[in-house]
Amino acid sequence: MSTEAASIRPEQIVARAGALRARLGAGFRDSTVEMLYREASRIAGRAARRPDEKRRDLDQWIDRIVTSPVLGLPIMLLLLALVFWVTIVGANYPSQMIATGLFWIEEHAAAWFEGWGAPWWLTGLVWHGVFRGLAWVVSVMLPPMAIFFPIFTILEDLGYLPRVAFNLDWLFRRAGAHGKQSLTMAMGFGCNAAGVVATRVIDSPRERLIAILTNNFVPCNGRFPTLIMLATIFVGAAFPLAVASLAAAGSIVGIILVGAAFTLFVSWLLTRTVLKGEVSAFTLELPPYRRPSILRIIYTSLIDRTVFVLLRAMATAAPAGAVIWILGNIHAGGASLARHAADFLNPLGSAVGLDGVILLAYVIAIPANEIVVPTMLMVYMGTGMMTDAPSFDQLRTLLVGEHGWTLLTAVNLMLFSLLHNPCATTIWTIFKETRSWKWTSLGALMPLAFAFAVTFLVATAVRVWGG
Amino acid sequence: MAITLKSLAGHDCDNCPAQAQLQQMGISLAQFDRLVALAGNPNTGKSSVFNALTGLRQHVGNWPGKTVARAEGGFGFNGVRYKLVDLPGTYSLLSASQDEEISRNFLLFARPDCTIVVVDATALERNLNLVLQILEITDEVVVCVNLMDEARRKGIEVDVRSLARDLGVPAVPTVARTKEGLADLARTVADVIEGRVRTSPIRPTHPPEVERAIQELAPMIEAVAPGVANARWVAYRLLDGDHRIHQALLSGELAELASGQQAAPEKAGPLIAIHGTQ
Repeated sequence: MSTEAASIRPEQIVARAGALRARLGAGFRDSTVEMLYREASRIAGRAARRPDEKRRDLDQWIDRIVTSPVLGLPIMLLLLALVFWVTIVGANYPSQMIATGLFWIEEHAAAWFEGWGAPWWLTGLVWHGVFRGLAWVVSVMLPPMAIFFPIFTILEDLGYLPRVAFNLDWLFRRAGAHGKQSLTMAMGFGCNAAGVVATRVIDSPRERLIAILTNNFVPCNGRFPTLIMLATIFVGAAFPLAVASLAAAGSIVGIILVGAAFTLFVSWLLTRTVLKGEVSAFTLELPPYRRPSILRIIYTSLIDRTVFVLLRAMATAAPAGAVIWILGNIHAGGASLARHAADFLNPLGSAVGLDGVILLAYVIAIPANEIVVPTMLMVYMGTGMMTDAPSFDQLRTLLVGEHGWTLLTAVNLMLFSLLHNPCATTIWTIFKETRSWKWTSLGALMPLAFAFAVTFLVATAVRVWGG
Repeated sequence: MAITLKSLAGHDCDNCPAQAQLQQMGISLAQFDRLVALAGNPNTGKSSVFNALTGLRQHVGNWPGKTVARAEGGFGFNGVRYKLVDLPGTYSLLSASQDEEISRNFLLFARPDCTIVVVDATALERNLNLVLQILEITDEVVVCVNLMDEARRKGIEVDVRSLARDLGVPAVPTVARTKEGLADLARTVADVIEGRVRTSPIRPTHPPEVERAIQELAPMIEAVAPGVANARWVAYRLLDGDHRIHQALLSGELAELASGQQAAPEKAGPLIAIHGTQ
């Protein structure tokens, strides 16, 4: 044996394997798979006995309804609307209470700092900068998340998500993408970076890239508070009080549908241009429905998701608060730096139905989408009109009365928030997954281009026809 | 060595002190004595088993394909510290998709001391497919028959002893959500690693022409990498055109592994990271 060992080189084995493979033909893989299935079936048949099928019948009966071609999609949309309606109705009051409490602390702590003799810039930076940034993030984001995540986790625990993938499969196939992309989209609702990582379940590199590049069109939970706030104070307020929350929930579902339409459209566009190829088949297992375990849901949704997202938002909001305060309090040529920056961005902002302050907020909020609205409000307030406006009504008065917001501003801001570039974390994740600057740049810049194009078209249409 | 039925099916006493000996170690992985891999189909409660053993709270969700990255945790049993690596949930190890490649390469190159394969007691047939493939790669396997409560509710009777006898490796019934059977699982893993339970995994024969090709290549592989534990599997992967195995053979990495210089997981880590991403 030892003489033989010395005489064989690895290269020979590889060459021999290649020759044998050529001789075996392509069918030998299938014969292996068949062999495994036969053996698995034999062993399982001896080890397991399943007497009655009643319980499976119930699962199948439910599946026939929720995955039916006629009722499947409407049921899905109704469930989605219900989730958002509960979130909007439930989050409103706690948000205001938290805001009132935190701004009371800011006021009193700042007064205490001054009384203690601290320099004005220290009081400003710590309390009106960093602390106010944190206060906004906590009061705007915490209540919706604390309601939305547990409900979403219940749906996930029940086993509903694979049914959603099943319902949407044909749409994705039409667009030339992989059916599992709807699962990675569902992950994107939680966090786009997580959605990008989840695309690893897609075998084909082509379809995986499509899923990565379009994941951003699903609004992540960092953007939901923005959408919920805008829907509540603008869309909801445009309707009679009785149906206000329903209208707000409906408008969020509408925005998600726009996002889904964009996902499909961009997937289709990519398969026609840079990512041509065949659609691959896949098997999707519909798992049995399971009774959700309540304690674990509370733990997962509150600790893993809510607190995690909140801490991340706070970690970026604190420095952003400081930056805004500095920009708002360093003056050059009679106006603050924030004012200069906002004025500079204003022509572009108004062209797309927004304004310079909103665009400035998006630039400052590149690290995390969560802080766009708080940043925006702080820039508005920091540039002159100091108001603490914790309630949604006062917020509406501030934005409409003093900064000229219209329904167009709100709708376009929702669209911009849906379509614009991914946050820094997601961009970095795209790079880690693709290892390519080309795809990473496309993933970052393409949504931004769409965001500007769509908001510009909407703004122009409204100006031309809406007068 | 014959294996007794009792040890195969795990211990049947509910009140043995094993429960007290299982110690969750979370992510304190500074030092560990043994490396254990956790594999299984998606949606079999694999993450629940991982959490129950380590005391960690990896996110558990009722949909396939949730765990795409590797998670690591630790547990102690009878004073021995085990590092548990949760592999992506897959239906097979044959395809080129990334999650399957990660699992496959980990089993071969990180050489875990034992591999737990979690199967769904209510869907044995589908799950055994993966078990058979893992048995081709490694001898040290414990099958964890999870979701026994669901099987009972559906009236499905699972004969764990018959399963263990047919597969040639121990099988332990569990309900990970309530931690039922987990101490047994840990004990069985320890028994397999310490050699108190010998396994002789079933390896189905391929169709004649494939079998002939494997039998021609396997001795050559054993000659180049003496002591390799799974020359037949390496031969099959070469026939299948597995690029990673080609590479390992040509670079001498396979021979190094076989000669007992077991690749430390730290060394295997970057390898997996490189080949696990595109």
